[in-house]
Amino acid sequence: MAENVVVVGNDEVDQSRRKFLTVATAATGAVGAVFAAVPFISSWAPSERAKAAGAPVELDVSKTEPGQMTTIVWRRQPIYVVRRTPEMVGELKGHDDMLKDKDSADSDQPEYAKNEYRARVPEVLVLIGLCTHLGCLPKQRFEAHSAEMGASWPGGFFCPCHGSRFDLAGRVINGSPASVNLRVPPYSFPSPLQLVVGVDETHKEGAA
Amino acid sequence: MAAAPQAPTPPVRKGFLGWLNKRMPVDEFISSQLTGYYAPKNFNIWYFFGSLAMLVLVLQLATGIFLTMFYKPGELTSFDSVEYIMREVNYGWLIRYLHSTGASAFFIVVYLHMFRAFLYGSYRAPRELLWILGMLVYLALMAEAFMGYVLPWGNMSFWGAQVIVNLFSTIPAVGPPLVEWIRGDYGIADSTLNRFFSLHVVAVPLALLLLVMLHLVALRQTGSNNPDGIEIKKNLGPDGHPVDGVPFHPYYTIKDIFGVGVFFILFTIVVFFVPTFGGLFLEGPNFEPANPMSTPEHIAPVWYFTPYYAILRAVPNQRMGALLMGLAVFSFFLMPWLDRCRVKSIRYKPFISKVALGIFAVSFVALGYLGLQPAEGLYVALARIFTVLYFAFFFLMPIYSRMGTPKPEPTRVTYHAH
Repeated sequence: MAENVVVVGNDEVDQSRRKFLTVATAATGAVGAVFAAVPFISSWAPSERAKAAGAPVELDVSKTEPGQMTTIVWRRQPIYVVRRTPEMVGELKGHDDMLKDKDSADSDQPEYAKNEYRARVPEVLVLIGLCTHLGCLPKQRFEAHSAEMGASWPGGFFCPCHGSRFDLAGRVINGSPASVNLRVPPYSFPSPLQLVVGVDETHKEGAA
Repeated sequence: MAAAPQAPTPPVRKGFLGWLNKRMPVDEFISSQLTGYYAPKNFNIWYFFGSLAMLVLVLQLATGIFLTMFYKPGELTSFDSVEYIMREVNYGWLIRYLHSTGASAFFIVVYLHMFRAFLYGSYRAPRELLWILGMLVYLALMAEAFMGYVLPWGNMSFWGAQVIVNLFSTIPAVGPPLVEWIRGDYGIADSTLNRFFSLHVVAVPLALLLLVMLHLVALRQTGSNNPDGIEIKKNLGPDGHPVDGVPFHPYYTIKDIFGVGVFFILFTIVVFFVPTFGGLFLEGPNFEPANPMSTPEHIAPVWYFTPYYAILRAVPNQRMGALLMGLAVFSFFLMPWLDRCRVKSIRYKPFISKVALGIFAVSFVALGYLGLQPAEGLYVALARIFTVLYFAFFFLMPIYSRMGTPKPEPTRVTYHAH
């Protein structure tokens, strides 16, 4: 054994060993830095209090007149609840060629709202009232073919910030800066016209 | 100043200054950075704005420290504490108006400082890194201004934050969770306001100071460009200093102090007589408290962001709009490599390059105006035209900057003794 020992003098440095140790130390330190960053980064995520404040909210839709809209707040977002009249439901047909995403293929909604009404039942439309462009509040322009919105206007919503337009199912109309339809929150009806926003088949009560 | 073979050796000092200099290189610093730093002697009015930007930075730090003593971040306290500063704190109105006017003044001097670089090719080699560091200062400044604008928690603060934070939601896949992480809630909330406060008063100012210092270090390495766009270091006198240079101190410190005087005359006129500047520096809807259930009729950012905002709104697709808006800012970073003209300064560039810069300046101002107008009809059509011209200036530059014949550059800077 002894004759195979390589003697490294005091003035000689084993460069490859030094390089290995340098890289290994730096890599270990980098991994440690990543782990140390985790608490700081996750501190920015919604707190327990914010999550608790995001609990489901209820609304008795029977108190909203047909053709009218009620706005409630769920998770700091305005929720538009429109009780659509049969005429309003009828207006949803016949302007498919004006829509960017008529089948809601690229839009964000629960499976049960992925239809031409974008709703569980045609009578009640439930939308997150934030423009999918940059988050302003679209205003109601429910009257179809109105003088203000033009002869082809099917009735719906108009965003004052950047001019996005949506029909009465929240579907975005061509020429809008928004690219997708208004979002639909998870919701359900424990009994007819008793709306609960934040609870459905996949979002159970109490779950964040 | 490595080029100088015989740097002036500072006199050996006695007493306290001698004691000090043995322990800290005070004299050495002054002679290398001020009295022994040679800047071109032909600076003109465009060269005031760098030092003015430093002045405004100090002003913002000083007034900001005092505002922080009275401001209370929080959904329920922010708006009231700003009113408290305005109505009840002694001279609170003055401190706040100095700070709010200072924000706009910062962008005015920085935009003029940047345009100076466009005029005289100050971004060209060997000053690419100097330019990039300056652009990083500009980015930090935009973040600082945006977050500061949210703090009064007026209705425009709220909806401005909503629109700008939502820009990140256009990033594929990670967008929506990223936005929730930035806000710390399901909407713009107390958590958002508090983290913006922390970033605005601690993190971004520290980054700004560091970047400004690096910007100055890089400037000392390359030396200043000048209106003729020629390198004064190529022509050294027998003392090793550029024959066309003068020591920064006292020549340019005195010049800059004059600029400071003129600046303060204009600045204080605004502070005392038109602090809102007709809604441009402080917007009307921000005198109402934040209301998540009511969007202002017409959302417009403060004037210094409106050129980019006009580009965002000109595009009928949200992802493309956000992308072009980002590209509009990022394009500046590429300037050193887009400009292929043989000469740096506009004085010697061919006619076509002068026209291009003129078109760019008009486009930038026009987009700034259009960003303040509602997004409808003719305004959108014009915004689209100017957006095309804006990007044409940058991305056709490798072609048009090589066209035409530049005038011959002089060997000495153009200078007439006063």
